[in-house]
Amino acid sequence: MEKRVTFKGWMLPLLLVAPQVVISAVFFFYPAGQAIWQSLFIPDPFGLSMEYVGLGNFEYLFGNRYYLASFVTTALFSTLVTLTSMIPALFLAVMADRLIKGAGTYRTLLIWPYAVAPAVAGVLWLFMFNTRVGVVAWYLGRLGYDWNHVLNETEAMGLVVVASSWGRISYNFLFFFAALQAVPKSVIEAAAIDGAHFWRRFFTIVLPLISPTTFFLLVVNVVYAFFETFGVIHTITSGGPQQATTILVYKVYADGFVGQDLGSSAAQSVVLLVVVGLLTVLQFRFVERRVHY
Amino acid sequence: MNKRMMGGAIASLVAAMPVASLAQTEIELWHAFSGRLQELVDAQVADFNEMQDDYEVVSTSKGNYSETLNAGIAAFRAGEQPDILMVFEVGTATMMAAEGAVRPVHEVLGGADVGFDPDAYIGAVKGYYTTPEGEMLSLPFNSSTPVLWVNRDALEEAGIDPDTDLSTWSQVGDVLDQLAEAGHECPMTTAWQSWIHLENLSAYHDTPFATMENGFAGLGTELALNNEVQVRHIEQLGEWAQEGKFIYAGRRNEGGANFRAGECALFTESSAGYAGISDEAEFDFEVRPLPYWEDAGSAPQNTIIGGASLWVMEGQSDEEYQGVAEFLSYLSSPEVQAQWHQDTGYLPITSAAADLTRESGFYEENPGTDIAVEQMTANEPTANSKGIRLGNFDQIRTIIDEELEAVWAGDKDAQSALDSAAERGNELLRRFEQANSR
Repeated sequence: MEKRVTFKGWMLPLLLVAPQVVISAVFFFYPAGQAIWQSLFIPDPFGLSMEYVGLGNFEYLFGNRYYLASFVTTALFSTLVTLTSMIPALFLAVMADRLIKGAGTYRTLLIWPYAVAPAVAGVLWLFMFNTRVGVVAWYLGRLGYDWNHVLNETEAMGLVVVASSWGRISYNFLFFFAALQAVPKSVIEAAAIDGAHFWRRFFTIVLPLISPTTFFLLVVNVVYAFFETFGVIHTITSGGPQQATTILVYKVYADGFVGQDLGSSAAQSVVLLVVVGLLTVLQFRFVERRVHY
Repeated sequence: MNKRMMGGAIASLVAAMPVASLAQTEIELWHAFSGRLQELVDAQVADFNEMQDDYEVVSTSKGNYSETLNAGIAAFRAGEQPDILMVFEVGTATMMAAEGAVRPVHEVLGGADVGFDPDAYIGAVKGYYTTPEGEMLSLPFNSSTPVLWVNRDALEEAGIDPDTDLSTWSQVGDVLDQLAEAGHECPMTTAWQSWIHLENLSAYHDTPFATMENGFAGLGTELALNNEVQVRHIEQLGEWAQEGKFIYAGRRNEGGANFRAGECALFTESSAGYAGISDEAEFDFEVRPLPYWEDAGSAPQNTIIGGASLWVMEGQSDEEYQGVAEFLSYLSSPEVQAQWHQDTGYLPITSAAADLTRESGFYEENPGTDIAVEQMTANEPTANSKGIRLGNFDQIRTIIDEELEAVWAGDKDAQSALDSAAERGNELLRRFEQANSR
């Protein structure tokens, strides 16, 4: 027999979920609704007049090949950021997990970069790779490599990916480390007695056992790459050179808050909302099947 | 003094305070300055506040130009707009189109008893902010124009006479060749590429940058930046970039750091770079007029301005507008203007301020500081050279930056890059027209 705890009456359960519902409504549903509403208009910046254009803003966006190119840039960027922030984090977590002495120190040091805000991280990396005074750029120059992310699109993309992933590695490390600690020692010891070497144990036992954490981080990191990397792009490249690092969220900002084209900006944020929603659904539908809880 | 008297004194003091502040009308000024320029504005404001008792101007920095414009727009939507908002020249069309949000300066100054004389302002400066009918919409505040900065030491090291003529781009090309031959790593760099090498280039050669008087005559304007002079100039710069003679440092004024550090020999940058360069440069530098193509158009016509102007927002009380008018006419007074011009390198906005500076002997003591003024006022501005007024101009500049980067990187030739810039920019112009035609 299934045993359920039930509430008597409606008042208490409603009261208990109310704070969450109110917060979601005020900070998510209301602004999202506003964005959808505004995306149907071309307003002037001062809000003095609004012209209803139906889906005109969306037609304008999808008829623009530079906007479509931004999708490809965003896909490349988020894939790279997700991989660059998860793989090293997992590696570091595995290494820290093996330590017996001093694990606490390593752990603390590895978590530090997470405290650095994206925009600040952007400035730090920009300073190291500055074509004129950057330390790294200078050493590369000594080695005979002419670093110039101001004009070279590949270098610009590489730089924003590394700068966006750097602080994120700490965050991922923390989750991976906790997950690794939760893997039962008895299973690993049994495999060791059977003669499985370290990496074999890692791939056949540990990795499947931490898959819920990996899946969670995958979803969270993709969302991060889509929305929160704005500060890094803004401080390092402003979307350039040409359009090499103009990701969707940066375009929302540039068109809305620099260009004052609020209709297009609202339409873009609706598109972004749909894209991330779809991605999350896809991830749950296909990736989660392979996750063992 | 006993306790009761003390209490009474305090009570009367407290009672008197709100009366004192009520008598003063507060005028809010939002600007986009930081550092030295902010200090200078604050000093002007403090001086004005001390001069009279009726008004108190409160100045607040709202970030960079784009952020300040944004803050002003957001505040207007919330009904909390300041009295005076500083808007960069690129935002002019946005402000102009916002009828009902801004009150033209000629109305504010003309309506108040402050002895407003529109003819006192220098034509080439106020032209940018004036309707085709000659009505001043905003008060030019900090205006500058591009010039050529020369590192004389670098030329000398390369065996070039530092007094060599650099009036034309062909002459500049010869010097760049010699610098490259001598192994110089950065013969030339620039700041604000679209402003200097397309917008000013067009005005200087009396060629339109956009149709309909560069957008002054209406919202139906289209970009004309892909014609002969512009293509030729960008093509030449692209060649120099490929040969390592023109070093591109970034979309804004990143190149300034290279020049001030003595790494670059020539530098095209605003005349307002004076404060920074004179402060940091540890080499012998000189200001020259912006070069031109001697065989194209009727160059040199005159260059146009960049910088910002002060806009008066709608929705304030009559008292506040009176105060705004008095503050703006204080800013326009010859002494205040002359001081501002000499401190910052920005252009004087009135002829009286220019004369005052000349009489004071400032130009003799600081050679080259008058070149910008002369270059701007050399000829009466034509329809092609009084300024540029395009909607979504900030975005259009970004497009131009992107396309020019393709030329510097060698990915596109000048003609196709500028064609593409025009095509993409025109789409934005049509959108602006749609949003603002009521």
